[in-house]
Amino acid sequence: MVHTLAGAVALGAALMLSTSAMAQQRVVTYNGDYDPIPLAAMEALIADFEAANPEIDIQFTNFDHEAYKNAIRNFLTADPPDLANWYAANRMRPFVEAGLFADISDVWAANGLNDALASSLPSMTIDGKQWGIPYTYYQWGIYYNRDAYAAAGVEVPGPEGVDWATFLANCEKFKAASIDCVTTGSSALWPVAGIFDYLSLRTNGYQFHSDLAAGKVSWTSPEARAVFAEFAKLQPYVTENHAAIDWQDAAAIFVQGKAANYVMGNFAVGVFKEGGMTNDNLGFMVFPEITAGLARAEEAPTDTIHLTSGAKNPEDAKTFLAYMASAEAQSKWNAAVGQLPTNKGATVDAADPFLSAGFAALSTATGGIAQFWDRDADAEYAKAGMEGFQRFLVQPEALEEILSQLEATRLRLFPQ
Amino acid sequence: MAQASDIAAAVPVRRAASRWNQRTLAPWLFLAPGLFMFTLYVLWPIVQSVTLSFYDWNGLYGPNGEFKGTFVGAANYRELMTDPAFETSLWNNLKWLVLYMLALPIGLFIAIFLNQTVRGIRLYKSLFFFPFVISQVVVGLMFAWFYAPNFGLFYLLTEWITGKGIAILADPDLVTYGIIAAGLWPQIAYVMILYLTGLNNVAPDQIEAARLDGAKGWRMLWYVVLPQLRPATFIAVIVTVIGALRSFDLVSIMTNGGPFGSSRVLSYYMYEKALGEYGFRMGYGAAIAVVLFAIMMIFISGFIWKMWRDEKER
Repeated sequence: MVHTLAGAVALGAALMLSTSAMAQQRVVTYNGDYDPIPLAAMEALIADFEAANPEIDIQFTNFDHEAYKNAIRNFLTADPPDLANWYAANRMRPFVEAGLFADISDVWAANGLNDALASSLPSMTIDGKQWGIPYTYYQWGIYYNRDAYAAAGVEVPGPEGVDWATFLANCEKFKAASIDCVTTGSSALWPVAGIFDYLSLRTNGYQFHSDLAAGKVSWTSPEARAVFAEFAKLQPYVTENHAAIDWQDAAAIFVQGKAANYVMGNFAVGVFKEGGMTNDNLGFMVFPEITAGLARAEEAPTDTIHLTSGAKNPEDAKTFLAYMASAEAQSKWNAAVGQLPTNKGATVDAADPFLSAGFAALSTATGGIAQFWDRDADAEYAKAGMEGFQRFLVQPEALEEILSQLEATRLRLFPQ
Repeated sequence: MAQASDIAAAVPVRRAASRWNQRTLAPWLFLAPGLFMFTLYVLWPIVQSVTLSFYDWNGLYGPNGEFKGTFVGAANYRELMTDPAFETSLWNNLKWLVLYMLALPIGLFIAIFLNQTVRGIRLYKSLFFFPFVISQVVVGLMFAWFYAPNFGLFYLLTEWITGKGIAILADPDLVTYGIIAAGLWPQIAYVMILYLTGLNNVAPDQIEAARLDGAKGWRMLWYVVLPQLRPATFIAVIVTVIGALRSFDLVSIMTNGGPFGSSRVLSYYMYEKALGEYGFRMGYGAAIAVVLFAIMMIFISGFIWKMWRDEKER
């Protein structure tokens, strides 16, 4: 049973009639925030689940994606549904600490999820317990425009990518051809965090990224300075005026061949293709290696479903969570949406080169899977960091001021 | 008879008492609905905001609805003192206040220019008034496109003149001025309409008398017209000051406070800290709101004092 918030009242009335007709059904309420394509995929999964469990009725309410971020704070305390969508790692911490999300370690243990969802286990664990079910993630990396490479006369990289020195040398060639080597649109801040995260992961590795996000590493440490040193090498080749444009505007620059590379998440592929790109001129590679021999880590933000503490029907909700963790449910949902399942037994569409490349990149990422700067770091700290990254891209000469401000923020948020 | 005289004696007293009751009670009865609303929706939230500014709270209640904040005393205010983002916002608010005042002379100039009887003047007047009718959000979007790098008209214009386009909204030093310019557009229209109505009420005999005495041009404007426009000027100053201080929508639409926070103003910073995606520090946001309220209070009490003085003189 699926309905949208707008028609909730009318449908609610219809719902009461229909549930009274099917008297024995037990209701599980579930709030989510899907765009049309994922929504259709979720509706299909719910239909499958209800067919297999006729005694359970999943009542799904869909919210607008942005509005959901505020709505969840209200409905979790005022009128909690049984299940709610959210995100992994530090993003779920406030709700876990406020006691609003329920511990579902038993679901993990009973269904062997510690093994099946092993790659997501660290990001779902707080205080040694699991607080949700990860059902999808998507890789980040460098998407490149083969036409732009051809126009500048640069050799197109293979799926294994290029090394950092070659990448920067290519950037010089793009500059000579008046093509932006790397584009981004940072008016919403987060796209620059993707670039910084990769520089940080490739320079110092996963543990450094994780410690930096947790406020354990000083911004004035030699390791942090090393990341900014690499950032400085890239800075002259990034699209000018990125601070005034959205990531979609930068996607237009990229699609038009005015930019060659775009550090982005896989969700952007849909936008590139709407802009007219095809599998023939759109390519994907992992971010180049910077420090030789470092175990490669990747970014793959995870979307999750949580059991709320105020759930009225936790038993059936857990049944649904176990279903969402299963390989077949995740294969189906992610195939429809074009993202990657977190269950290692699930399959991806081999015909989609970006999904296959992402799946390969993530399953061979021995260094670890990062969630993304703004999900790994505390919200306020994340914002301060992203403003620093953006400022550095605009005013690289202000490095000392940026670092000392970030350090002051760190010492305030994480008293040593 | 004794009874009758008792009643006769009692009647005037009772009448006086009832008249007293009517005189004192009626205004309060008429005020009551307004006072109730004012208390519920204005005074009470002010008290709550001030209280909240002494707490550290992420906006979440516990599962049973219990308040999860912790009392931190003046810590939020102490943090504000050293917060560089707060300093930037304060400076930007000052820039807004000063530059927004440009709406007065420009609005007056356009009003005088339009205050003539030509064929179709009503149409010109309404065209000049048009920007004020458009929603601020639309004004913000239009100016964002006007400034947009690569395809914006302003960008192309500067590129054509100087050879290098200027993307105002990406430049931390120019961004605030770019947004203020967008805000001035409707504000000038507003001030213009205030002055146009004011000009309608300028006494023609005084103009004539001044003309007979040989006044014209600046002297006529300064000594004869402007003094008669004082009520219009007063209102224009009020709406402009308030417009400058609550400049939230344009910042939100055009830049989200960026690049890296250089176009923040206090109202936007408050929203960002309390309700933004990376915020939810309700106490800190409330502290910013209290500071903004204090600044507004300076102006508001000034206006009220002036109005009260004018009333007394009358």
